[in-house]
Amino acid sequence: MKLLTTNFLTCAVKTCKTSPLSFPLHFKDATLERTEIDFDPLFMRNLLPRVNWDALTTTATELGLQALVPAKNPVDVVEQSRGDDGDIDVQAEAEADAEGTTINATETNADHEIEEEILRRLHNLLLETGVVEGKLVCGNCGFEYPIKEGVGNFLLPAHLV
Amino acid sequence: MAEQPRDELQYENEHVHEVYDQIATHFSSTRYKPWPVVDEFLRSLPAGAVGLDVGCGNGKYLPVNKSVFIIASDRSKALIDIARQHEPHTAIVADTLHLPHPPARFDFAISIAVIHHLSSVERRVQAIRTIIQTLRPPLKGSSGGQALIFVWALEQKYSRRGWDQGSQQDVLVPWILKPDQTSGPDSPPKTYQRYYHLYHEGELDNDAIAAGARILRSGYDRDNWWVIIARQA
Ligand SMILES: [Zn+2]
Repeated sequence: MKLLTTNFLTCAVKTCKTSPLSFPLHFKDATLERTEIDFDPLFMRNLLPRVNWDALTTTATELGLQALVPAKNPVDVVEQSRGDDGDIDVQAEAEADAEGTTINATETNADHEIEEEILRRLHNLLLETGVVEGKLVCGNCGFEYPIKEGVGNFLLPAHLV
Repeated sequence: MAEQPRDELQYENEHVHEVYDQIATHFSSTRYKPWPVVDEFLRSLPAGAVGLDVGCGNGKYLPVNKSVFIIASDRSKALIDIARQHEPHTAIVADTLHLPHPPARFDFAISIAVIHHLSSVERRVQAIRTIIQTLRPPLKGSSGGQALIFVWALEQKYSRRGWDQGSQQDVLVPWILKPDQTSGPDSPPKTYQRYYHLYHEGELDNDAIAAGARILRSGYDRDNWWVIIARQA
């Protein structure tokens, strides 16, 4: 279970989805693993606006990996410095980013440079670092989803369906 | 039938989930060719897009585009064990009607040959609703996230099955597993019955509209109806 995956997971119980406590899920008894995956700078660059940075910071901190997470999403840092150069539409863009970049909008960001070294480190953290054994726990209902051999199981028992 | 979702779940357990668990390895070796509409949909996505493959089976669509990130899910642990080998993607065990994903985060979703296994119209509409809730809403002139859904068509009179307009829509389709080396040449072939709801023309579009989706494109391809949908603006 990649760290990136947990950024896109919440509790499967319907009534939990509206609670802020259900995202992100919290790791318990986690054993880390590393899987080598090809580095693709364009993929990483375009992926970053889609990552919920607060959730990533929480997840990494629970796994003792907080040192690997920059304080801010590098994409926001780039957007901000661009705004200082006199981009008047910065507020609207920040709002757009808060709700997420759309499919069409992603390509227009490609000209904003993020150092490859930063992308490489985030590739290592988000894609290559994962949990092979452990549990993901909902902060709202307390249900524990097991991770075995790297695969998370999100099927609910009958009484929670 | 609709008033007893627990019974429907039990029925689907017997006639869908248990069957796929049993035939997973064999099923895997017979399904490998991506359908053109699915192939084109996945290839058209920009690098870095994040999406879902709901009911991914053995993960046959995961190799199509390696510059997007797909979280693939299926109820069958046996199929997920096969699907998980396709990096950079991820495979998890989950139920289509109870997806463990936050709303409004995803650029795309596919659900290929999945919701026709749900045994009531309420459950089929609910599956579409569950999928579109995961999509990004339309924003600033963009359509937002898009989902591609494929289901088996009732109208397939030239296929081996020969169904057509007027045929029974809720059917059990036998899967015959021939004996192999492990079971011995003399043991009889095993037959599993899989449940399908066969969609008539216009029915998938209607279900999508009932689920609150906006239809972007729809069509018919190789004995299947398909639709590309988005959230309402
Ligand atoms: Zn919960």
